[in-house]
Parts: sequence; C-alpha cells; structure tokens
Amino acid sequence: MQILIIILQIAVLLAIVLLHVAYVTYFERKIIGHMQVRMGPMLVGWHGLLQPIADGIKSFFKEDIIPEQADKPLFMAAPVICLVTMLASLAVLPFAKGWALADINIGLLFIFAMSSLASYGVILAGWASNSKYTFLGGLRSMAQVISYEIPMGMSLIGVMMLAGSLNLTEIVEAQGTSLFSIYLFPQIIGFFVFFVAMLAETNRVPFDLPEAETELVSGYITEYSGMRYAMFFMAEYIGMMVMASIGTVCFLGGWNGPFAIPFFPPFWFILKVYGFLFLFIWIRATLPRYRYDQLMALGWKLLIPLSLLNVVLTGLFKILAN
Amino acid sequence: MGLKLNRGQILMTETTTLDVPVSQGDEDKYLLKLGPQHPATHGVLRVDIELDGETIIDCDPQVGYLHRGFEKLAEHRTYAQNIVLTDRLDYIAAMANNVGYCEAVEKLLAIDVPDRAKYLRVMVCEMSRLTGHLLWLATHALDIGAMTVFLYAFRERETLLELFAELCGSRLTTTYTRLGGVRQDVTHELMRKLEKFVDEFPACIEEYETLIDTNRIWLKRTIGVGTISGEKAVDLCLTGASLRGSGVDYDVRKHMPYAAYDKLDFEIPLGETGDTYARYRCRMEEMRQSNFILRQCIEQLPPGPIVGDDAPDLVMPAKPGRKVEVDTPARKALIKLIDDRDVYMEGDVYVATEVPKGELGFYFISDGMGRPYRMHIRSPSFIHIGALATMGKGVMVADLIAIIGTLDVVLGECDR
Repeated sequence: MQILIIILQIAVLLAIVLLHVAYVTYFERKIIGHMQVRMGPMLVGWHGLLQPIADGIKSFFKEDIIPEQADKPLFMAAPVICLVTMLASLAVLPFAKGWALADINIGLLFIFAMSSLASYGVILAGWASNSKYTFLGGLRSMAQVISYEIPMGMSLIGVMMLAGSLNLTEIVEAQGTSLFSIYLFPQIIGFFVFFVAMLAETNRVPFDLPEAETELVSGYITEYSGMRYAMFFMAEYIGMMVMASIGTVCFLGGWNGPFAIPFFPPFWFILKVYGFLFLFIWIRATLPRYRYDQLMALGWKLLIPLSLLNVVLTGLFKILAN
Repeated sequence: MGLKLNRGQILMTETTTLDVPVSQGDEDKYLLKLGPQHPATHGVLRVDIELDGETIIDCDPQVGYLHRGFEKLAEHRTYAQNIVLTDRLDYIAAMANNVGYCEAVEKLLAIDVPDRAKYLRVMVCEMSRLTGHLLWLATHALDIGAMTVFLYAFRERETLLELFAELCGSRLTTTYTRLGGVRQDVTHELMRKLEKFVDEFPACIEEYETLIDTNRIWLKRTIGVGTISGEKAVDLCLTGASLRGSGVDYDVRKHMPYAAYDKLDFEIPLGETGDTYARYRCRMEEMRQSNFILRQCIEQLPPGPIVGDDAPDLVMPAKPGRKVEVDTPARKALIKLIDDRDVYMEGDVYVATEVPKGELGFYFISDGMGRPYRMHIRSPSFIHIGALATMGKGVMVADLIAIIGTLDVVLGECDR
C-alpha cells in the first residue's frame, strides 16, 4: 500500500513537472518574442497556447535517426541518463512544508550529485555521436561542468553553515517566515556566485557554449532528432527548474511568502521559481556568449575566490553573532 | 607516366598509400571542416580548420559552392542584360551592385547620366548600404550570441526593403538602374516614407548601441579580436569598413567620387585599433553618415529626366498597353545595340564603387561588340575571405566566427 501511494505521488509529480516544462518553453518563446518586437507562437490555439503540445506530438512522431558511425548503445542511453538524473533530483525538492517525495537529510548533496551525473549524458552524447561538432560540444561541456560545479557547491557552503543542515526543508525553516530573514541578504555574495554558476550549469546564455549554435551547429545534440532530441530538451528545462528551485530554497525562503495562501501551500515556491526562470529568459534575450577561455577564466579566477571569500565571511559573521 | 586505364580497373592496390596532406598520426591536431552547411558561415563558405583543443592552428577557407559563372555568362549577354546578373552578386545590397555595374558600362560607352538619376543612384546606394550594414550587424551580433539585436535590425531592414519594392517592384533582385539612368522615378509618397525613415533611423541606431555597445561580454568578445594593422590590411587588399577600422582613410565615394557623391557632404569614419570592435564602431558610424546622405538626397533631389537621351536601353512604357514610340532616341539606340557595333568603343575600363562590403570593381574588355569581351568582377567578399586565412590563425573557434562576421562577407558575391 505504501509503495502504491509513493508510485502515485511520483506519477502525479512527473505529470505536473512535465506539463510545466512544456509551458516553460511557451513562456520562454512568448517572453523572448515580446522582448524582440515580435509575437512568439500565435497559431496553435489561442495566442499559441497549444503550441507546446503540438511540439510534443511533432517530436514524438518524428523519425529517430541514429548515425551509422555512432556508438548505438551509448547514443541511445545518453538522453535517458540526462533526463532520468534530472527527474531524480526532483524527488528531494520541498514544494511546501511536507510536500517533498523524499525528505532526506542530504538533499542538497543529492541534487549536486544528480546534476553532475547529468553531464555524463551530455559528454556521452558528444562522444557517441561520432561527429566533430558533438565531440567539441561534449568536451566543452565536460570542462564547463567541472569548472562550475566547484563555485556552485562552495557558494552554498555559506547557506549550509547558516542553516546547519543539508536538508532542504530545514534550510527553508531556518530562514524563518519574514521577508527580511531570508538568506539572500546575508549571503548576497553567495547568491551572486550561485546565480552565475547556475546559468553555466544549465548551459544557458551567456554560457551556452556546449550547444553554441553559431559555433558548433548544435553542440552535443547536433546528431539527435525526434524524441531523443526532445529528451535532451526536457532535461535542460527540468535542470533549469531544479536550479531555480535550489535558488528559491537556499536564498529566497522556499515556500514562505508575505502571507500564507490557503489550500495551495506551494504558491510562493512556484512564483519564485518562475521569477528565476524569467531571469534566465531575460538574460538569454540580452547577453552575447562568452568565449571558452573567458568562461574558464571567469569560473576559476573570479567565482571560486569569491565563493571562498563568502565562506570566510560567513564564518566570521557566525562567530560575531554568537 | 603514360598509364593506360582500362574501364573498371582498380588503380589502388593494397600496398598503395594515399598521400593525404592532412597531418596524419599527429594526435594533437583535429581537422574540422566548418561548413558549407553551418549556421555562422554566412552562406556556403567552408573553412577547413586544424584544431589544437579550441585553438586554430591552421585555417584554410574554401570557396566555390555558389559559383554560377557570372563572368563567363556576361560574355554572352548584352550590356543591358547583364544588369540582372549583378543583383545576384551581393544579394543583400543589390542596388549598389546595379549602380556599380552601370557606372562602369557608362564609362566604357561614354554615356551621360542626368542629374536626377545621379541623385537617385546615390539614394538607392545609401539605402542599400543601410540594408547591408543592418544585416551585417544582425548576423554579427547573432554569431557572437546577442540574439535580440538580430530582430531589431531586421525591423528597420524590412522598412527599407518595402521601400525598394515600392520603387522598383522587388525587394531583393532590384535591377533598378539602366544604362544612362534609372528605371523608374520616385513618387511623392515614397519620398515621404523615406523621409519618415530618415527621421526615425538615428534613434534606432542608438537603440542597437544601448543593447551591445557597452555590454561587457560584447566588449570582451570584440576588443582585441581579429586585430589587423593598417599596413597589413592594405597588403591583404581589404577595403570598406574592414580597412577603415584599421585607420586607413580610403573610400571610393570620397577619393574617386561617382554619381552625385562629389556634391554631397559626408564624412568617412575611421577606426584606430583595427580590431573587431573598431570595425563595429566604424560601420555603426557609417550608418549614421548614410542616413545623413539620404537626408541630403531628399532635400537636393533635382528635377529632370531620369534616363539620358543617348542611353542605349529599353525604357519601359509608363503605362501598360501604351505603345512605345519607335523613333525615340532610346528606342533607336536599342535597335542599334543589337547590330551596330559603332555604338560601343573598343578598349578596357575599370570602375570601382563603394558597396557596403568594400570596393566593388568592374573590369571590362570590349572589342566593340554589344557584349563584353571579358568582364571581371573585383568582389570585396572574395578578397576578404582570402584575408581570413591570415586572420584566422592562432585564434579560438569562437573568434573565427567573430572574424567571419566582422569581415562582412557574402558568398553570392565571393563565388559569383
């Protein structure tokens, strides 16, 4: 009985998240469209509202091409690895008090582990396609993930020190319910580092080098088509949502808001996540792309020292407060 | 060697080894053929690059994927018919090519162009310079990753293309000029629309500049990238903004004025550093100057005929169905064109004009027939792609894309 309930919960969560993923693409296309003096999708449904569903059906029925030279098992496994690891990290997210599938005590660490695993999918996709562009994309992705995992993890050390826990629910509760007690203010350096590393971790502009369209055609997904392509796409958007959720949990006070919403406790959580997603999209419409060496320099020379400084400052802050 | 080949004979035996020029066995190097189907090569350019990690060791541009044999084709068509071919050179700014071709033929045939046509030519030239530069800005920014500029620039380009369509019926393949003038006169409404555009355009340039001019990532990606000194740029025969970005003051419009450029007031913006950012600034300023020239054209446009009397060209009847009078000078000249070789002079001529990409030159050898004996096109894109081999060495892949963008090449003109 217990297992059935959990399976049902997983199914509901998956359905809701995948629906959100579909509509985040719509959200993105509409917002970028309006920022770029055009309308975005307009044809399918009212103001293009059914566009994500049409896209889903299209990619489902498209021919799935596997290149002759590709390493078939790895080629087929790569998008699955990406998607599954991203979905797995959803399990520990607390959408509201008690609304987490698995409220484990190392939630933050689990998410890091999963997002690092997802980069295996990217690297394997680049390698197994046996194409030069995908290979370069995979290489770039590998270097980028290694460089940005470090500042990202370190930027959250401050949060862990303040909350005294790795459990996401406890981190939210440690911040209290008032607007001014959220960790954004004491951890402003940490938030900055986290935000930049988050963009890099999810391969978004200005760090979208692994799939830099004008340099590497489509990077590691060049050879993919149909549903496998869509799986990478979904993994990227779930990744964005997971990262936005961590930002919400660790810096913005999770599900707590100015006032409680009855019957729908995750309201503020979802609102904050969408706020993050809006920032992602805004940045995509605004910024050009970094060059590979500049990306590395930014990660190693600026973000890592900054996050270390943040750890030191947080320690001092804690000692002085005591 | 006198090797006899029988049908179906296999030349290579198992012991034969191919002498491949690619460094084989050297595992540090990685040969990547960038293009011809690649989103950032502005058409069908292929660049063979040898990579060490992300750094380009060797860069070898390959052209010819869009070769249509215009120069040979031109030898079999009359001078008037060849105008159509020039549309397809730099299809981003077809008007400027039309003008360049006609200026050259008119010099060869010693045809006078009336004043109004000269001003109209300058007008369409500058409009096409704007369309060319806007497309350059759009794609260059897109190559570097700034996506929004692309759509903003296309908004204004659309207005200009609509004006072209109103002027000559076509947005891209304009064929607007005629030997000895232009094909159609402007209407009041068109001039009003153009004036409105000229009034609004400076604000649009400022809008693009707010998007990228001081953007830190844009600066990082352009300053010090693809730097080329003035002397080196001259050695590589660069022209246009690619040359002026290095501080060399050379513009055909100013130094060898054609059409009505000698009567107009404008400046040649120069860069200093010769890097991608300097060239970017140069072209942005050029757009402002073009806008200024357009304003002067609107104000100074003189009345009068748009085609000279001695133009050996077919002038379209003003209304469909109206009979063309056989004894107009133009009609007579057209009839002469086919069978009378006295109309044409023998000799050769080279005339250069300043198109958005740089110096576009037409070289003709005429033997007095109604068709060119030889036509050679000095296309700036071809020469700029030649410079890519030098500029692309030792940079990173992302910089190569930026350099292709900043050289402003179009493959229709390069391969012609």
